[in-house]
Amino acid sequence: MPFLELTNVSKNFGANSVLAGVSLTLERGEFVAIVGYSGSGKTTLISLIAGLTLPDSGTVRLNGREITAPGPDRGVVFQNYSLLPWLTVAENIALAVAQVFPNYTPAQTAEHVARFIAMVSLTPHAAKLPRQLSGGQRQRVSVARALAMDPQILLLDEPLSALDALTRAVLQAEIAQIWERDHKTVVLITNDVDEALLLADRIIPLTPGPGATLGESVAVTLARPRDRKALNHDPEFKRLRAHITTQLLGYSARRQSTVTRNLILPDILPEDLDAPRVTRRPLRPHELKQLQVASSE
Amino acid sequence: MKPFKFDFIILPVFGLLLVLAFWHAIAGKKIAITNATGAIVEEKRVGLIPALPNVIETWQSSRPYLVEPFAKRGEMDQGILRFTWYSLILVAKGYALALLIGTPVGFLLGLSPTFAKMFDPLIQILRPVSPLAWLPLGLVLFLGAGKEAGTWGALFTIAICSMWPTVLNTAVGVRAVPQDYLNVGRVLKLSPWKTLTKILLPATLPYMFTGFRLSLGIAWLVIVAAEMLTGRPGVGGFLWQEYNSLIYEHIILSILTIGLVGFVLDRLMGLVERRFKTA
Repeated sequence: MPFLELTNVSKNFGANSVLAGVSLTLERGEFVAIVGYSGSGKTTLISLIAGLTLPDSGTVRLNGREITAPGPDRGVVFQNYSLLPWLTVAENIALAVAQVFPNYTPAQTAEHVARFIAMVSLTPHAAKLPRQLSGGQRQRVSVARALAMDPQILLLDEPLSALDALTRAVLQAEIAQIWERDHKTVVLITNDVDEALLLADRIIPLTPGPGATLGESVAVTLARPRDRKALNHDPEFKRLRAHITTQLLGYSARRQSTVTRNLILPDILPEDLDAPRVTRRPLRPHELKQLQVASSE
Repeated sequence: MKPFKFDFIILPVFGLLLVLAFWHAIAGKKIAITNATGAIVEEKRVGLIPALPNVIETWQSSRPYLVEPFAKRGEMDQGILRFTWYSLILVAKGYALALLIGTPVGFLLGLSPTFAKMFDPLIQILRPVSPLAWLPLGLVLFLGAGKEAGTWGALFTIAICSMWPTVLNTAVGVRAVPQDYLNVGRVLKLSPWKTLTKILLPATLPYMFTGFRLSLGIAWLVIVAAEMLTGRPGVGGFLWQEYNSLIYEHIILSILTIGLVGFVLDRLMGLVERRFKTA
């Protein structure tokens, strides 16, 4: 029995079909990356697995049980960190720990929290409020919170997309390291093919919406631990990267062909400031259009 | 004008002096008409508005109330701070009542669309009603309280008039809680009570305090009306009584006191508000 199973899942928002016929199976301990354009329904897909939204048709099953509500067995790391700004780093994590391990004594909870803060190397910042941290540090807290709940599956919703490239690289390495330790099942949503190749066992492209669905999955056979510098020269890495990029670009070409209306770009010649100023009423849009028509004839 | 040293203190003082000068110019003055022997025949007031006491008269007449601010010479003849204290106690009670009722109502309005649809029109209708209109109703409601009816009526008026900013701001605050925070609560499977105390309440706090601050301003505004009509001792009651006794200087004294106290209350509330800024 697969660990996580999505069968023919569709989701609409009003008349817009966001996801259509999405099917996905995950084995326990697998690290799967879903790569797609922004706006193609990636966050909706994560929300469905998390149980924050329910599918219009099809089913999402975890461990054979259908998902009908969110729960702490699925740790979610949100794109915008979603830390509670009035709680310190430790309190944010403690809130989650107290929920999942209600039988812990205060000392046990504190110890548990401290362990996970240490795991993301934020021990000196434990008593700080989220607004006193950098973006990368906040995302680390968010990861620590999700991990501290000891979830069966970790859902990462573009966790690093708001960070600068250097911080991103550091956190990618950190996520890889943490995953090596306990091989949790992970679904990573990203728009970065390199990130997916660095971290995942399997990469699944998401076709752009509306009506997005999953493309053919690509197994990443690169040996772990993967070294970013070495990978750049690895022929297999280059091949996979080219393969997935071509696939994604193919979708985008198809998407572009659906544009039916030709856009008229505005004329943006800079104004000649030396020319004598004429006080004249600014032209209305329809007058401008007439001018354009006249000049193009 | 270019900012200069101490302009924050010099400019307001200058403005105050201008207004005082204007007041003094339009106010009346007592003059004595004497006959040839120098005996006073008649005293009368002259000026643009003869009945309006001028700055010096106001000061002289107010002195006993200011230099002995806590004196008690009679029921309606007490130091100005003693009167202020009575008013503040009444306001504090009415205001506490307003917060105790207003905050939960605001939460209900914010949380339940059904509740909001049911009561929002009613609130919008009751909100602009003047304290002068509520007070008689308050007195009627507490007719059974006998001698205490005035106190309860005043409390009722203060509470119902100052409640609305708290209700509306709390409701807006609850509706404005970011979905992200609520999602955290859902993923963690927080109980409704924990969602309220750990997420909704802290996230709404800044809005609530804005409401509290506005409510306090209104509560203090209402006190004068309430005391005038019920004849309770207090700044407002004093004002009305001195009007009836034709001691117009004390009207001005009361107005200035009410304004100053209102200003101080607002500043204090502003400090508290800043302390509770969360997000």
